Amino acid sequence: MSNWEYAPAPESRDIANLKPAYRMFVDGKFVEGSGDPLKTVNPATEEVLAEVSTASPSDVDTAVKAARRAYDRVWSKMPGAERAKYIFRIARLIQERSRELAVLESLDNGKPIKESRDVDVPTAAAHFFYHAGWADKLGYAGYGPDPRPLGVAGQVIPWNFPLMMAAWKIAPALACGNTVVLKPAETTPLTALVLAEICQQAELPPGVVNILPGAGDVGSELVNHAGVDKVAFTGSTEVGKLIQRALAGSGKKMTMELGGKAANIVFDDAPLDQAVEGIVNGIFFNQGHVCCAGSRLLVQESIADELLDKLRHRVSTLRVGDSLDKNTDVGAINSRAQLEKIQELVAAGDAEGAQRWTSPVPVPDKGFFFAPTVFSDVQQSMRIAREEIFGPVLSVLTFRTPDEAVAKANNTPYGLSAGIWTEKGSRILWAAQRMRAGVVWANTFNRFDPTAPFGGYQESGFGREGGRAGLEAYLDV
Amino acid sequence: MSDRISVAKTYKLYIGGAFPRSESGRSYPVNDSRGGFLANAAQGSRKDARDAVGAARKAFPGWSGATAYNRGQVLYRVAELLEGRREQFVAEVAASEGTKRGESIVDAAIDRWVWYAGWTDKIASVFGAANPVAGPYFSFTVPEPTGVVAVLAPQASSLLGLVSVVAPIIAAGNTCVVVASQDRPLPAITLSEVLATSDVPGGVVNVLTGRTAEIAPWLAAHADVNALDLTGAPEAIRADLERAAAGTVKRLVRGGRGEPDWAREPDVSRMRAVLESKTVWHPMGV
Amino acid sequence: MSAPSQTELSEVTRDDASLRRFLHGLPGVDQVGVEQRAATLGTRSIKKASKMWAIDTAISMVDLTTLEGADTPGKVRTLAAKARRPDPEYADVPHVGAVCVYPDMVATAVAGVGDSGVGVASVATAFPSGRSNRAVKLADTAMAVEAGATEIDMVIDRGAFLSGRYGQVYDEIVAIKAACGGAHLKVILETGELSTYDNVRRASWLALLAGGDFIKTSTGKVSPAATLPVTHVMLQAVRDWRDRTGELRGVKPAGGIRTTKDAIRYLVAVHEVAGEEWLTPTLFRFGASSLLNDLLMQRRTQLEGHYSGPDYVTVD
Repeated sequence: MSNWEYAPAPESRDIANLKPAYRMFVDGKFVEGSGDPLKTVNPATEEVLAEVSTASPSDVDTAVKAARRAYDRVWSKMPGAERAKYIFRIARLIQERSRELAVLESLDNGKPIKESRDVDVPTAAAHFFYHAGWADKLGYAGYGPDPRPLGVAGQVIPWNFPLMMAAWKIAPALACGNTVVLKPAETTPLTALVLAEICQQAELPPGVVNILPGAGDVGSELVNHAGVDKVAFTGSTEVGKLIQRALAGSGKKMTMELGGKAANIVFDDAPLDQAVEGIVNGIFFNQGHVCCAGSRLLVQESIADELLDKLRHRVSTLRVGDSLDKNTDVGAINSRAQLEKIQELVAAGDAEGAQRWTSPVPVPDKGFFFAPTVFSDVQQSMRIAREEIFGPVLSVLTFRTPDEAVAKANNTPYGLSAGIWTEKGSRILWAAQRMRAGVVWANTFNRFDPTAPFGGYQESGFGREGGRAGLEAYLDV
Repeated sequence: MSDRISVAKTYKLYIGGAFPRSESGRSYPVNDSRGGFLANAAQGSRKDARDAVGAARKAFPGWSGATAYNRGQVLYRVAELLEGRREQFVAEVAASEGTKRGESIVDAAIDRWVWYAGWTDKIASVFGAANPVAGPYFSFTVPEPTGVVAVLAPQASSLLGLVSVVAPIIAAGNTCVVVASQDRPLPAITLSEVLATSDVPGGVVNVLTGRTAEIAPWLAAHADVNALDLTGAPEAIRADLERAAAGTVKRLVRGGRGEPDWAREPDVSRMRAVLESKTVWHPMGV
Repeated sequence: MSAPSQTELSEVTRDDASLRRFLHGLPGVDQVGVEQRAATLGTRSIKKASKMWAIDTAISMVDLTTLEGADTPGKVRTLAAKARRPDPEYADVPHVGAVCVYPDMVATAVAGVGDSGVGVASVATAFPSGRSNRAVKLADTAMAVEAGATEIDMVIDRGAFLSGRYGQVYDEIVAIKAACGGAHLKVILETGELSTYDNVRRASWLALLAGGDFIKTSTGKVSPAATLPVTHVMLQAVRDWRDRTGELRGVKPAGGIRTTKDAIRYLVAVHEVAGEEWLTPTLFRFGASSLLNDLLMQRRTQLEGHYSGPDYVTVD
């Protein structure tokens, strides 16, 4: 017997081609913004990575006007087949620069390199590749023979999948013939700006894609700008409601991809080892910074103890630390603010009497980290069973019958995703039909694909991203 | 010709398959297009709206869970019954709207039910998909009804407009609470009688009459309403209603400015607006 | 944990019906899920000291194997020499776990390994097909044991298993185990013929219930031989067995593991699926032949700082 320590296996940060300063991208050029520059931080080390210029209200206006010009003069008039080729180029360029993008993403966001390398960047490329093909086939999408674009799309994305979210927003918008002004999250602007560089390398006409770094005020300025025809937002339900309120009466088309509190239901006949993997993937993938995270485990009482034993054992093997280490499973929490929010909700779980178990894994002293945590004896009425924690914290509840499982799963204002684990096919279909959720993973979890529509019910938002259904968001139909 | 005094109809609300008076005890006079008195209609209140949402929610599992074939037949049955009471509707629409085109309007309304009746069992195949995901998974997307839809019915077109907004909602499997045209509510109540005697389960369609501006805010803010159809919303409160709806991230069916030409052949956009896409994944293995 | 006690486990082996109920009551294995997990874990990057440790550990776990019709005492002697001292230029290289031969070569192998501590494993029970009667299989085993084998690698009757005659498979393993005396019993499931992961899990449990000291994937004569996901399922079985009974049983993937990179992937799986206590030759072995030389070359690369070549390690 031996204690086998894995030596550090860090990806080289030089690959990120990190620059000391980044500028916003407007009308095909990188320009200085007139907002206060922000400093973006590596959450794994708390070091400043780069200074990034931000947009002021007048910059937003300039960008929207550039997008409008590009829409009127170039992009909306270009044959779909030509648009397609630009978007295909972007997909290829992302693939070519995938390693650089992955390292940069992990530096800026704190997520493990294996996830940015194996999920974020490939999925981003796949979204461009998929949507490129639609550009000259929109007449076959089921929205009439010649569906028209909307115009200028104002898009605001979160920090949890910075590049991937940019791809989910930009690719369908361009394919449908819109131009975009996108605001990446305040804490993770870098990969979107490399994507801007990729747009340049793809020779995308100026103004078709504009990227404006900044905080919430820039986002607010953007979505409220009179020149924006369509607003797409991914982020918290709280901010989603603010935007929906702000846009009341504006007539702007909206799509919202908001929060969630997904139930992951494990029946007593589940493939247990894979269920454990699915639970782990469901809540610890990307530090739990996933809107569709399986944050509520609903396990049938008869197997609860056995499953929890296996789960704790498995969670203990998760390695927490340096996001650039190829063996890191759980990276850094994206910001101090988010870490404090997680700590606050975990304290609430303790106070409400849930049983907390924390992985004994060593956690770095510096940087924003939170050890994987599992709460058992959670009751439906507790905050940790109702509120989105957006961190590596799982709440475990039990049920006795399938009906009870479904009732508990649906007992939330959210409705983004759900998981079902059972070997019985008819029960899967029964439960899947009853889940009030936009994505149901049966015997798997957290799978994403550009061909598969993604989006929520109820307060998890409206509209879909991906698939034929996702095109509606960017067409005047 | 007999001099018999006709039996006048009392117009009430339609909630959960029953015809209650407004809990508020209020009513308001409804006039024809030239200002002559037609009848008193119940003036629904916020509590009536609450009851109607409760009835719609209660009816939702059964209606959304019914087979598409069954829903299609139920909608077709509405057309059959409407056909049987064609003359009554022609007269009522003519009185309400002051139009000479009553017959063609009623015919179009009947045909609209038939059109949507035929849609129920096509929705999943037209809006759904098998997703060719890059991995060993079977992934499919099915459309599902959004839930309870609050509808502010068109103010001008008292029957055809009403049918054009309600039929797609229930064809798609939703249940609804409809605020009838404020000044032309009578065809809506008579339509309710048709629904009550057809096979549409109680609670699937609930009809409130009264002041749109009074009832609508309660529906827009109601947390158990999933979508809000603003077609007949008064311009002055439209933005307020959207703001209220944002409180629980309701889906909005905005309609355009002014009423569309309801006689035009409909498209699928009204159904799509009250459908959710659910994507299901399952691994493929032995 | 709702685990049955030892006595409850003995109940399940009472007859075919109770075995069937037990084995079919085990949780299912989702193919896509287990393959995905194996692939993900396979991306662990093992560097520097941890790699050196893994190489030496892997060397000590190799069952250096020759199972050819063309085997001769000469070939076996060469193998035994290599087993004792894998790299003549580096004395600190550990010896391998065992040499693995046919029963008629056991005596030669025993003489060859001498008192080095290298075990002598013999395949038995009408290897590789297992198509013979019980008496022949027992005699085969007895012959190897008498010749000095310290480990017996038996094959299960896959025909009986696939047609649901679990009692027959169970009884045979029990009988062979008895014939082994002090020798350790490795039970080869021949997972390539079992076709599903559910079957691999059931066969693993059947072998553990019957007293197998090790469960082994393959004979090496059937493709596919060992795979990472199959080994995952078997590691889960010995882990679950430990959780139920407190006993530690071993796992041996065999066939198709040729490179250091492969071997390290397996060790990572042992480490993270079963647990650290399995990272020892008494509980984990590789059935392999060419793997050893790749391990030796990689070891030199680690020590010498440049890539090595096949001419710098011995062919046998």
